[in-house]
Amino acid sequence: MRARRRVLPLAALLLVAGLVLAGCGGDGGPPRAPDASKPTLTVSAAASLKKAFTAYGKEFQAADARFSFAGSDELAAQIRQGVKPDVFAAANTKLPDQLFAKGLVEKPTVFAGNRLVLAVPAEGGKVTSLTDLERQGVTVAIGAPSVPVGSYTRTVLGKLPASRSRAIMANVRSEEPDVAGIVGKLTQGAVDAGFVYVSDVRGTDGKLETIELPDEAQPSVAYGVALVKGAKQPTQAEAFIDGLVSGPGQRQLEAAGFEPPPSG
Amino acid sequence: MASLATVLCFLTLPIVAIFVDTGPLELLASLREDGALEALRLSVVCSAIAIGIIVLVGTPAAYLLATRRFRGRATVVTLIEIPLVLPPAVAGIGLLAALGPNGLLGSLIDDAGIELVLTTAGVIVALTFVSAPFFLRQAQSAFEALDRTWLDASRTLGASEPRTFLAVAIPTAGPGLISGLALAWGRALGEFGATLMFAGSFRGVTQTVPLAIYQDFSTDFTGALALSAVLVAVSAALLLSVKLLGGSEWLGGAAR
Repeated sequence: MRARRRVLPLAALLLVAGLVLAGCGGDGGPPRAPDASKPTLTVSAAASLKKAFTAYGKEFQAADARFSFAGSDELAAQIRQGVKPDVFAAANTKLPDQLFAKGLVEKPTVFAGNRLVLAVPAEGGKVTSLTDLERQGVTVAIGAPSVPVGSYTRTVLGKLPASRSRAIMANVRSEEPDVAGIVGKLTQGAVDAGFVYVSDVRGTDGKLETIELPDEAQPSVAYGVALVKGAKQPTQAEAFIDGLVSGPGQRQLEAAGFEPPPSG
Repeated sequence: MASLATVLCFLTLPIVAIFVDTGPLELLASLREDGALEALRLSVVCSAIAIGIIVLVGTPAAYLLATRRFRGRATVVTLIEIPLVLPPAVAGIGLLAALGPNGLLGSLIDDAGIELVLTTAGVIVALTFVSAPFFLRQAQSAFEALDRTWLDASRTLGASEPRTFLAVAIPTAGPGLISGLALAWGRALGEFGATLMFAGSFRGVTQTVPLAIYQDFSTDFTGALALSAVLVAVSAALLLSVKLLGGSEWLGGAAR
């Protein structure tokens, strides 16, 4: 028994090492070694930007872009606690503006817009309209109040008659810390519907479907980006932001389903 | 000596910082907020139920593992210990893949009329899954360390197998079992990732203290610190009471 107990972990370790190595070689080309000549640019970005920014990061030449995706509110809180990424991109303009007012970031720029939609599983969904959300037994996931997607959702619900928004809120089963959590709950069938951005639905490759919200209820969703004060790579950060406003970043945003910044 | 000082500083500094940043008054004030109390109540209730289940089912299972020899026993032990090294996010996604609506047993659970995902029951499932191995492992070592002649004596004197287990094995292995219980309970109280992925986050239903801390962090850093301080205090009290209950055996049990 003793001897076997020693052999087993060794075998398991070898197996794990093998799997890890296999995983590394799995994606076709040679593993992307960190380029010593390129500086590293750290970007804190809203979870909804993941697909567009990852694609933009591969195209971005001036630096090796590293991303930290989470709820914009969590990322802003990190910056308030002294964390210094080079760039902060949020799913609203309020958070970058607040950080600017506190002198923690440079003046923010609006670089994209988005639309809030109701997302439902593509197959076998119980929900086909906003009205269905008021029915008893329907389950809904929304963002927490502090994350932009959750605050936009509350704006939409606030524009409905009080009885309707109360009925919908009563069906909410989870208040997720970021949009990725809502999408995850939807694709796993844990809830019948959720409020997310139209770009999130596109990112699921057909697993989810969109139910448009009435125009009069649609909030103005604008994404703000700012250079963080004390950034280690200010020049590359500027270039990254410029590319978002017009350039490869803007193209990737469009491809991912984002809209041009809302006017006004 | 220097290395010990380094270890001590590194491990205690974040905990000290939590208490330095929050005064006792702020701590009390933050507790009066509804969300904090609800989260605390939920954490205590869910972890207590999870620990109850783990102890009831896990103690006899650990006893069998420790006292019986059967084919594949080593494999069983390893399989049971896997959740011990599993990242919580993996545990969460695994639970969804197994017990979620689209999961392996999803329709079975649904047909039985049981709702787990995004419910308090789901929190208990997640806590049980991630913390059970901590108890099982410790309980197994405690039972393995028992003097076999005591068990044999009990049997020779005519006691049935269940009676031997209840009257001899459990009391003798007591300190080891209690230390396992404390480790598992501490793990359950701190659970974050699996709960968020499997049970979601909803105040009063699935939002345990760690989830409430994460949500408060973005809007109310002081509140999040205060809630953290409470969790540290509860966990430390747990550890301390176990040390007192288990006496000097505690360390011996932990180290086998």
